Amino acid sequence: MNDIAFLLNGTPVTVSGESPVRTLLDWLRETRGLTGTKEGCNEGDCGACTVMVTDDDGTRALNACILFLPQLHGKAVRTVEGLTGPKGEMHPVQSAMVENHGSQCGFCTPGFVMSMAAAQVNGATDHDDYLAGNLCRCTGYAPIVRAAEAVAGTPAPGWMAEDRGALDAAPAPCIPASSDELAHWYEAHPEATLIAGATDVGLWVTKQLRNLPEVAFLHGCRDLQRIETTPDGFRIGAGVSIAALRAAMSGPHPSFAELLRRFASEQVRRAATLGGNIANGSPIGDTPPALIAMDARLHLRRGDTRREIALEEFFLDYGRQDRARGEFVEAVTIPRSAPGLACYKLSKRFDQDISAVCGCFNLILKGSKIETARIAFGGMAGIPKRASAVEAALVGRDWTLATMTAALPAFAKDFTPMTDMRASAAYRLETAGNMLLRYFHERSGVVASVLEVEA
Amino acid sequence: MSVAKPLPHDSAALHVTGTARYIDDMPLPANTLHLAFGLSTVAHGEILSLDLDAVRAAPGVVAVWTADDLPHANDVSPSIHDEPLLATGAVHYVGQPVFLVIAESHLAARKAARLGRIGYRELPALLTVDDAMAAGSRFEGGPVIWSKGDAATAIAAAPRLVEGSFDMGGQEHFYLEGQAALALPAEGGVTVQSSTQHPTEIQHKVAEALGLPMNAVRVEIRRMGGGFGGKESQGNALAVSCALVARLLGRPAKMRYDRDDDMVITGKRHDFRIGYRAGVDAQGRILGLEFLHLARCGWAQDLSLPVADRAMLHADNAYNLDHVRIESHRLRTNTQSATAFRGFGGPQGMLGIERVMDHVAHDLRLDPVAVRKANFYAEMADASGGDISGKMKQTTPYHMEVEDFVLNRLVAALEKSSDFAARQAAVAAWNAANPILKKGIALTPVKFGISFTLTHLNQAGALVHVYSDGSIHLNHGGTEMGQGLFRKVAQVAASGFGVDASVVAITATDTGKVPNTSATAASSGSDLNGMAVKAACDTIRGRMAEFLAREHQTLPEKVHFEEGKVFVGGEEMSFAEAAARCYAGRVSLSATGFYATPKITWDRMAGRGRPFYYFAYGAAVTEVVIDTLTGENRILRADILHDCGTSLNPAIDIGQIEGGYVQGAGWLTTEELVWDEKGRLRTHAPSTYKIPACSDRPRVFNVALWDGANREETIYRSKAVGEPPLMHGISVFSALSNACAASGPHYPDLQAPATAEAVLAAVKRARGTT
Repeated sequence: MNDIAFLLNGTPVTVSGESPVRTLLDWLRETRGLTGTKEGCNEGDCGACTVMVTDDDGTRALNACILFLPQLHGKAVRTVEGLTGPKGEMHPVQSAMVENHGSQCGFCTPGFVMSMAAAQVNGATDHDDYLAGNLCRCTGYAPIVRAAEAVAGTPAPGWMAEDRGALDAAPAPCIPASSDELAHWYEAHPEATLIAGATDVGLWVTKQLRNLPEVAFLHGCRDLQRIETTPDGFRIGAGVSIAALRAAMSGPHPSFAELLRRFASEQVRRAATLGGNIANGSPIGDTPPALIAMDARLHLRRGDTRREIALEEFFLDYGRQDRARGEFVEAVTIPRSAPGLACYKLSKRFDQDISAVCGCFNLILKGSKIETARIAFGGMAGIPKRASAVEAALVGRDWTLATMTAALPAFAKDFTPMTDMRASAAYRLETAGNMLLRYFHERSGVVASVLEVEA
Repeated sequence: MSVAKPLPHDSAALHVTGTARYIDDMPLPANTLHLAFGLSTVAHGEILSLDLDAVRAAPGVVAVWTADDLPHANDVSPSIHDEPLLATGAVHYVGQPVFLVIAESHLAARKAARLGRIGYRELPALLTVDDAMAAGSRFEGGPVIWSKGDAATAIAAAPRLVEGSFDMGGQEHFYLEGQAALALPAEGGVTVQSSTQHPTEIQHKVAEALGLPMNAVRVEIRRMGGGFGGKESQGNALAVSCALVARLLGRPAKMRYDRDDDMVITGKRHDFRIGYRAGVDAQGRILGLEFLHLARCGWAQDLSLPVADRAMLHADNAYNLDHVRIESHRLRTNTQSATAFRGFGGPQGMLGIERVMDHVAHDLRLDPVAVRKANFYAEMADASGGDISGKMKQTTPYHMEVEDFVLNRLVAALEKSSDFAARQAAVAAWNAANPILKKGIALTPVKFGISFTLTHLNQAGALVHVYSDGSIHLNHGGTEMGQGLFRKVAQVAASGFGVDASVVAITATDTGKVPNTSATAASSGSDLNGMAVKAACDTIRGRMAEFLAREHQTLPEKVHFEEGKVFVGGEEMSFAEAAARCYAGRVSLSATGFYATPKITWDRMAGRGRPFYYFAYGAAVTEVVIDTLTGENRILRADILHDCGTSLNPAIDIGQIEGGYVQGAGWLTTEELVWDEKGRLRTHAPSTYKIPACSDRPRVFNVALWDGANREETIYRSKAVGEPPLMHGISVFSALSNACAASGPHYPDLQAPATAEAVLAAVKRARGTT
């Protein structure tokens, strides 16, 4: 690997001779002896390894265990060791955690304080959301949230500003600087692994212990990170992070944005990309069902050749997509408006969990009739899939509970889900149908989400 | 006085700055070796062949050992020597260590461990309690049966019978810090750093494995990143492996489990099936009760017998049962060897009777809280002490007198503070107005017995030094896993000398300083070690007082130690000055302390005696909401009133209560362990095993301490707090059941954990639509 340069706790560092898939966590702990950042799960699910990364796009909390060193090129990394002030004074989130008894065993604590410090920089006060990626087994979170509330709205201490203004970093060969560069390189190296946020590929390395002989990191392709508004929709670059997508969708597609709020965790949403969530072809990715329900179009590119397909056509079979060698996902387009869209995610835990069933409904009514229906599910088949038989049972019929109920048997025509550790086949099938009932009730003004209820 | 102050955790400043050091953070000598196990991939089988050539040839591998390479005892069991470190001829669960890889790096060891090729002749595997019951596969022979009165006759004569059976899942500890150990070769032995709740056990198992006396093995632990019982015995394998490598290869050795390995290899909370037959009267009073406990213990005995005992010991919870019979089967299965987990069987036993209370209330259309109150033990006139002789005696199913019951008053106070009756009515009204979502509310009590049921474990030692500058060095046999033990014990020491807690240096638990310790378990940490530390401090202070009194020609009892000063004969000096004077006067300023819990006697075979010194009490009210379309559910509010006696540190105690409640709620809601038909654990990482996240805590979360001293002479009249609050999570399960019952006329028969799927199934049972 060529030199990777970044700021580490305010000091420039250069890394040479490391594998491009060396994780920041291992490097910090093993090479730098910075052991404040902990390994809790090595898969991005517990947040004990949370660090702050700052670049032109701002500051974000990321999981160091699934962050490869080249992803940091030209950026600023701050670990818990770099959180205290120049005179050794505690950062306000650290003091607040002590004062509110926010630590017990202390192992998750560095990750929590990093998430809280990043939130403070960004002025975030949605504590449950930005802490969803940090697991604590001791406190029950109550004192941690008290600490977060105590610092909410206070300015970040002055020394945190050091990380702004990215480093001048020389180009690195494994980090193409534009989608054109990527397209030509990938056409010539079709066996390579493309790495955007590394929230999935990271686990290939840390859990499957795979060697990835040839890789390219996509974060340098700034032109893939744009959301463009076109006359009839949004063109969302494949490199747009889930966090950025969520922000952009909160106005035009609030239910999609709410689904994205529950997409993994803050740390993962800040790293993961829309393109990655589609291209990995997972049957339980959370964006495809919503996008298919909106009739999204997928833009693929190989070298200088581009093509466009309906997103639902991309997913051919389990583990198989309509993507040629050397071809990559460039963008997705969706309509500007889909007022009938509702997205439902069913998982064992509300936050930071993988869907057992993800159902997205987009019905257009005309008078008392259902004019069109686009319904798509994740977790119900080997691919994200439309519920065609259900749609057929709805279109042209009256918008009534009876119509919904009559359509329920069609779910078994569309889907033969499987039983796994997340849910049984029978439960999946039943709740998929019940989501249609929920859709009807909610659209009729009945409260049907436990997330909207208070004591 | 330092005790009773809400001081922060002793390491809080280190935690938040990332400078608190755990085993994996220790700087390593340059030639340290790293270890990983090669694991069994079948649940039960005979090993026919073991091809480890590829493992040996893998980059960085120094050696690969099987059972044949072990020079002495091949055993890491904490009980009956039935748990080989490395498999011998057969494997008994998926994940059992078969060979040990010794390599130059953690990654090299992990990679190589996957290259072993093990040939098996697969044997039938017993995976479920049904499998084990059918095969008669038990530890300890037949079932253990304890009884009081004549349950069968009382049930037969009762006006109503309520019966059922339900399953409750186990629980993964998910300590954030995985298992880890580090061993350094020492002259004549080894020094081991181990993330363990039980350093003496590590010392014992390492000595056996090395063929050395215990004095050749020193074990140290400063802190764990969580334990919850999962580090009582489950760290043995790593520590023994490291010690063997250090001893045989003469190089330091470190081992830590990757999270998936940790979850696949180590034991978890026992899952149980509990059957019940209750004979009741029209008021819901239980006239006779029979319980059947089926505990899935896994492949090795580990601590399963005392766990299953403690489940039986909590089968009454807060209720006075005249005629009761408890039958307990400890079933041996081809799964991870289930082990200690906060509550140690108590939660399972308690959930059994709380379930009975809910079922009785449902069948009789009575208020569940009224049914509970109708069955409560009575409060003695003076539960905080005093003579109760002459009052009517009330006993547990194991014939122990209940003298300190406070739940009648405590529950009344909680009902008031939580506005229970009004909220119960509001929930009913809300449910009438909401077709899809249903709320539920429940109040459940906790009465938890404090003491190790293996009586001889109820002892502790301490070592205290006062240096000539007045600084204090504190050591005791307890371990710090986050529960705040070190802070509490330091407060005890500081109070002993009338100094500020900052004067007391807290040091790592070390088998070389305090020997023959018990595990930090059974909530006993501050009770036992606090008293031992107090004894040591009293000894030193007594010597100081005697010397200073002599110097000032007064009596020792007229020497006072307060606010960092010593007052003697009209003179006032700093504690440091007093220490310096004592040193100059050739007074020993070092002492050991020892404590053995009084009053306890226990015959576990007969199920008779006084296994517990006292009980800790509390009660919780939880309100939930469920979705009858999907079974999704949430906790909306929790109110807890908990009895810590006279709290040693209210901030730490409230932290234990909040954390225990959420952990208990996790056990009974989202934390589902799933094994497939081949006995493979499918939930072996946080991606698939879901402990509560931040938003799962109750949004309204009111925790208060019950104001009352322990009637027994515990350390400053405090009460143990480690385990009891976990069982407040039962109120979540009860509230969910209540919500399910709001959707139909039938008993919902909710199973644990109450995942969304389980809740939906219960809703359908309530509606009669299954």
